[in-house]
Amino acid sequence: MPEIKELVKNLASKHGKTRESLIPILQGVIHEERYISDEAMTEIARELDISAAQVYGTATFYSFLDTQPRGKYVIRVCRTISCAMKGKNLITHEIEDMLKIKVGETTQNKKFSLLETNCLGWCHKGPAMLINDDAFTDLTAEKVREIINQYIKK
Amino acid sequence: MSYSNLKRVDLIFDKECNPKEIIKNTWAKSNDQIINELLESGLKGRGGAGFPTALKWKYTAEQPEPDKYIICNADEGEPGTFKDREILFKVPQKVFGGMAVGAKVIGAKEGFIYLRGEYRFLLPELEAQLESFHEILKDLKIDFRIKIIMGSGAYICGEESALFESMEGHRGEPRNKPPYPTIAGFRSKPTVINNVETLVYAFMICMHGARKFKDLGTADSRGSKVFSISGDTPKAGIYELELGMTVEQFVEEFGDGDTKAVQVGGASGFCVPRKKFKETIIGFEGVPTGGSMMLFNSSRSMFNVLHNYLEFFEEESCGQCTPCRVGCQQLILGIEAVKKGERHASYLEHLQKLAQTMKITAKCGLGQSVANSFFSIVENFKEEMIY
Ligand SMILES: Cc1cc2nc3c(=O)[nH]c(=O)nc-3n(C[C@H](O)[C@H](O)[C@H](O)COP(=O)(O)O)c2cc1C
Ligand code: SF4
Repeated sequence: MPEIKELVKNLASKHGKTRESLIPILQGVIHEERYISDEAMTEIARELDISAAQVYGTATFYSFLDTQPRGKYVIRVCRTISCAMKGKNLITHEIEDMLKIKVGETTQNKKFSLLETNCLGWCHKGPAMLINDDAFTDLTAEKVREIINQYIKK
Repeated sequence: MSYSNLKRVDLIFDKECNPKEIIKNTWAKSNDQIINELLESGLKGRGGAGFPTALKWKYTAEQPEPDKYIICNADEGEPGTFKDREILFKVPQKVFGGMAVGAKVIGAKEGFIYLRGEYRFLLPELEAQLESFHEILKDLKIDFRIKIIMGSGAYICGEESALFESMEGHRGEPRNKPPYPTIAGFRSKPTVINNVETLVYAFMICMHGARKFKDLGTADSRGSKVFSISGDTPKAGIYELELGMTVEQFVEEFGDGDTKAVQVGGASGFCVPRKKFKETIIGFEGVPTGGSMMLFNSSRSMFNVLHNYLEFFEEESCGQCTPCRVGCQQLILGIEAVKKGERHASYLEHLQKLAQTMKITAKCGLGQSVANSFFSIVENFKEEMIY
């Protein structure tokens, strides 16, 4: 996969080739690809001159460094108690209905993945979710339909 | 907004603050003067553990190593806290200012902000603010720079030694202590790590002097604190309040009239039931808190609350030590079995023993603090665990 090679090379020249560059490079791959493939991990290992096991071990520790394919837009709905009390389940069901996927799955066109995540830090404005890096708060079924529809059009 | 029985404070978000002036004035003082002022103020860390900030800075300053670091802990992952996000959004220059003063005192040339991945949307504005702060330092000929490091969705990385591991490019697994960060932190060099809010208070103490801070609060809990308030309350949000109030006073102001319990300090904190509202002080002499306050009214099942916290711990445990990795799983299975009637109610006592064992044997604060919510919820709401 020449593109991955290119991407990893660019990230390594931007962040450096020390062990401290590993996580910024992994984050860079996520930003472009939304997940870190086996090829990407091997390539990073080669570039930083560490074993692929080290790269794999580090990547799999972090919940935002996905190692399985994800859609272009990763939706993370907060499942912690404050959001749960404000009707998180309703929001998750609404999204499942719209995208015809369950939590943990990716749509067939690889556009959306739906995940649940721990406290996002918006407890006073729950339910809350992230789509990639953007936060959405005070969600209602109606509001979430509008937001997802906008992303569908993107 | 009325605060009938609670004193509202406006030190953190007050915009009347010229960072350049404060830094100039502070640089005219000796490091001992700054440490004494902080000591006098009684400021304790706002990240949870409550270690006196002056001592942390002093111990690090005393280390002979030439390379030292100051780190701002912006990992804010404790369920129910969201105040560090607001502080970084509204008054970032004050956070940078606190870091710069800390750097002067300990002798650091580099500082880092470890920002949780969930707050990446703050990054562009923070970088821009940082650029103008670096300009101020350049004008004043101060040799100090701050870099922002992004987290990637791991609560445990808020634990200081796990945070260093993460910054060094590894899995966020806590280290053994000692050595403490003041001796061997980031890159095994002497390091000060402080919560976002602690750094702003330190800067405000440089601006106003110790008096203004010290006059607030109680002997054990000086000053004010930013609270993140959520759950069953008509006034969810962020409030800076004087320390030393009782849970009763708090509930009078923020409750919905039907509050049956308040969880103070998030999932790793303590649940205070209605019958203990009056006697419980929010602060280091009673229930300590990093600022997370969740209110529950009588429509809520405390079983669900505990279950939610345990799931949180089970998922966020780094898995490094057995008591925590297996303990969290067993506590969940255990309370589920009691609830379903597969186990006798007395099984809860076994589970409490397990939680107690975790408190003693787990390697870090995560595994050690699971017992806090477990005991305080199971003991006070036993019937809800069973029926
Ligand atoms: C599991 C765990 C998570 C933590 N998360 C945070 C956090 O998100 N932010 C924070 O400031 N401190 C957190 N702490 C506390 C830090 O280890 C450290 O004590 C704190 O940053 C010191 O700053 P302070 O002295 O200003 O409070 C956490 C501790 C543990 C055990
Ligand atoms: S107590 Fe839990 S989080 Fe802490 S080191 Fe052990 S397994 Fe990891």
